[in-house]
Amino acid sequence: MDRRFPFKVLEHIFSFLDANEDRNSVSLVCKSWFETERRTRKRVFVGNCYAVNPLKVARRFPKMRSLTLKGKPHFADYNLVPDGWGGYAWPWIEAMAARRPLLEEIRLKRMVVTDECLEKIAASFRDFKTLVLTSCEGFSTDGIAAIASTCRKLRDLELRECNVDDLGGDWLSYFPETSTSLVSLDFSCLDSEIKLSDLERLLSRSPNLKSLKLNRSVTLDVLEGLLRRAPQLVELGTGSFSDELDPEEISKLTKALSELKQLKSLSGLWDLLPEYIPVLYSVCPRLTSLNLSYATVQMPDLVDLLSRCSKLQKLWVMDMIEDKGLKTVALCCKELRELRVFPSGADLDEEDVALTEQGLVSVSEGCKKLESVLYFCVQFTNAALVTIAKNRPNFRCFRLCVMEPFAPDYRTQQPLDEGFKAIVERCKDLRRLSVSGLLTDKAFEYIGVHAKKLRMLSIAFAGDSDLMLHHLLSGCESLKKLEIRDCPFGDTALLENAAKLETMRSLWMSSCFVSFGACKQLSQKMPRLNVEVIDEHPPKTRPDSSPVERIYIYRTVAGPRQDTPEFVWTIHKNPEVGVSRLSTR
Amino acid sequence: MITELEMGKAESELELGLGLSLGGGTVGKIVKTGGGGGGAWGERGRLLTAKDFPSVGSKRAADSASHAGSSPPRSSQVVGWPPIGSHRMNSLVNNQATKSAREEEEANKKKVKDDETKNVTKNVNEKFQVGFIKVNMDGVAIGRKVDLDAHSSYENLAQTLEDMFFRSSPCTIGLTGQFNKPLRLLDGSSEFVLTYEDKEGDWMLVGDVPWRMFITSVKRLRVMKTSEANGLGI
Repeated sequence: MDRRFPFKVLEHIFSFLDANEDRNSVSLVCKSWFETERRTRKRVFVGNCYAVNPLKVARRFPKMRSLTLKGKPHFADYNLVPDGWGGYAWPWIEAMAARRPLLEEIRLKRMVVTDECLEKIAASFRDFKTLVLTSCEGFSTDGIAAIASTCRKLRDLELRECNVDDLGGDWLSYFPETSTSLVSLDFSCLDSEIKLSDLERLLSRSPNLKSLKLNRSVTLDVLEGLLRRAPQLVELGTGSFSDELDPEEISKLTKALSELKQLKSLSGLWDLLPEYIPVLYSVCPRLTSLNLSYATVQMPDLVDLLSRCSKLQKLWVMDMIEDKGLKTVALCCKELRELRVFPSGADLDEEDVALTEQGLVSVSEGCKKLESVLYFCVQFTNAALVTIAKNRPNFRCFRLCVMEPFAPDYRTQQPLDEGFKAIVERCKDLRRLSVSGLLTDKAFEYIGVHAKKLRMLSIAFAGDSDLMLHHLLSGCESLKKLEIRDCPFGDTALLENAAKLETMRSLWMSSCFVSFGACKQLSQKMPRLNVEVIDEHPPKTRPDSSPVERIYIYRTVAGPRQDTPEFVWTIHKNPEVGVSRLSTR
Repeated sequence: MITELEMGKAESELELGLGLSLGGGTVGKIVKTGGGGGGAWGERGRLLTAKDFPSVGSKRAADSASHAGSSPPRSSQVVGWPPIGSHRMNSLVNNQATKSAREEEEANKKKVKDDETKNVTKNVNEKFQVGFIKVNMDGVAIGRKVDLDAHSSYENLAQTLEDMFFRSSPCTIGLTGQFNKPLRLLDGSSEFVLTYEDKEGDWMLVGDVPWRMFITSVKRLRVMKTSEANGLGI
């Protein structure tokens, strides 16, 4: 049937397929489609670096130009995964260097990247263009210098919230004088000072630079000079915004900012002082993205700024914005699609809680395009959740963090079950959900029944029993990632729904009631799951019924991994063996 | 060891005693966040339950709550909670430091100003809004907040507090874990009395002054054991 279809025609058709989900489906149709697809895939995404062997990936996709990898579980962001757990980039870099020297882009998230890795990248891929490291660690500024100096065609170098061994700002001088290809540069997570002249010269010879994110140590007085050399910027992350400037310097900076005619995104703004807000007025009307989450600015000043940002689509801000400020956002930022409100730490100690559920209700009413929310709040009500759900059935991502664990609806003292029910019932396209507050098993029954498109769910301090997990695993058809901490359930639900786990990327459970015995049973039942126990003490020294601290279960075709540290135990498929640790580190 | 039976009781009790059998014994995971690898281990075992979280931010609640042994964990001291990335956490810590320094500076300035304006009376023509105030009860770890603006009299307020702390409802237990115990907070006939702290920092019995005067001077409420309410004019 498909022999009549020449390879070239299929290839051409497949070249229109961008989304990897589509490509994955297409490759399952038949062998020749599998072959055609694999020869044409350029962008490869691996959501769990341990799910598959790097060499196999390299062999399968001969035309790959871009590789995206994720390592540690998401809860590693909150210190729940001990250091040394794993997520090493090296095996991947090594495999690609050997077999895919034409690779141009590498994007890594939550992985351990060493200087060796970076040097290998620099030495192996002659057309290397893009390096984006998000929440990575293990490397120093020496590694970055290697990339800067050797990758002649480097376009993007972005370090987002990485833990870097900062040996000084020298690395910037390693960009050769002949390099003019830079399009984006993000070193906002570094601590040390860079040499201003190095940066100025780099900017002067980078006419294509669209995105520049400085670190905090770049002071306000030098900003104007930098902007004059890069008026074409589309994204700007400033350094510190709190140094004292004299009136002439202020006016020069104001002018320099107003010359950034293409600027759409603004971030950085560390310690933004209220008196400098007028300096930003000129860029506000053009902004589609504004990150004020490091700007310790109070509500009246925030309102001053935000009321001028009528095109804003993405806003990240701290809770100093208060309900009043969010009301202004609801009135003025009609294009808003994403809102994140972070805690400033102030509310937990203060008498008056100025950011309440009302703030989010206002925004859900006024901003009709709102589809993604991350909201930290001290307490909430069911009524507010119901109203929010009614207002915005188009939510795709809803993450509510009620910061007081087990907090019920503070007006009715009821659990927040009914509120979250409204969210999952009305928001049919919900892909990601984080729940919090006092929740019983009922809440999870609702989620299981309604949240059919949900892919990622995060739960903390909730539920009453095994039923909670059972509802989720048996109900949420699209569930791919589930992460749970401090919830009172475990064995039964897990074993009953074992098959479900192979349809998911991963399951993380910490401080729950999962016993060692259940882990063993699960692992023996499901050959293509790695059941990893993270525990200080060897599980086999304790009875089967004893609970384990943390488990991380993920589907894999690569078998148990070879790089576990001494506190991670992969449950062996062979019941005789119990646990295995295949290497000593 | 936790059994099926004990898990079934989860609905009627707030505490799930898993940790005790692990020999860990002590209070749960009280480790400062942001401490790198060491922080991720914390203390083993005990599942934190509602009882572990006293009223957020209230130092008095922490004092008066009956916790055995060491001070209870504030929700901000539990590992990985609230779920904020470490880069942001570090920034928060810095903010707090500068904030307290700034607050001290302002407090000193304000003190001078206050002395100057002490004699100016408040304009009470516009509606006086009190908003939410904290309520704690002896023997209950978690404090609550009550909206004084939504109440018009002492009886009103007492009713709300009784509902809050003593009534059971389909899904939750009143915070004391007791059922249907009618309460007479205002007439001195029950085990508890309602007291409040006024703006001068003194603890007074609720009900002595006219309602309007009460709401202008109340700072926080406390449902106190009658036996402890000495010197309050009972």
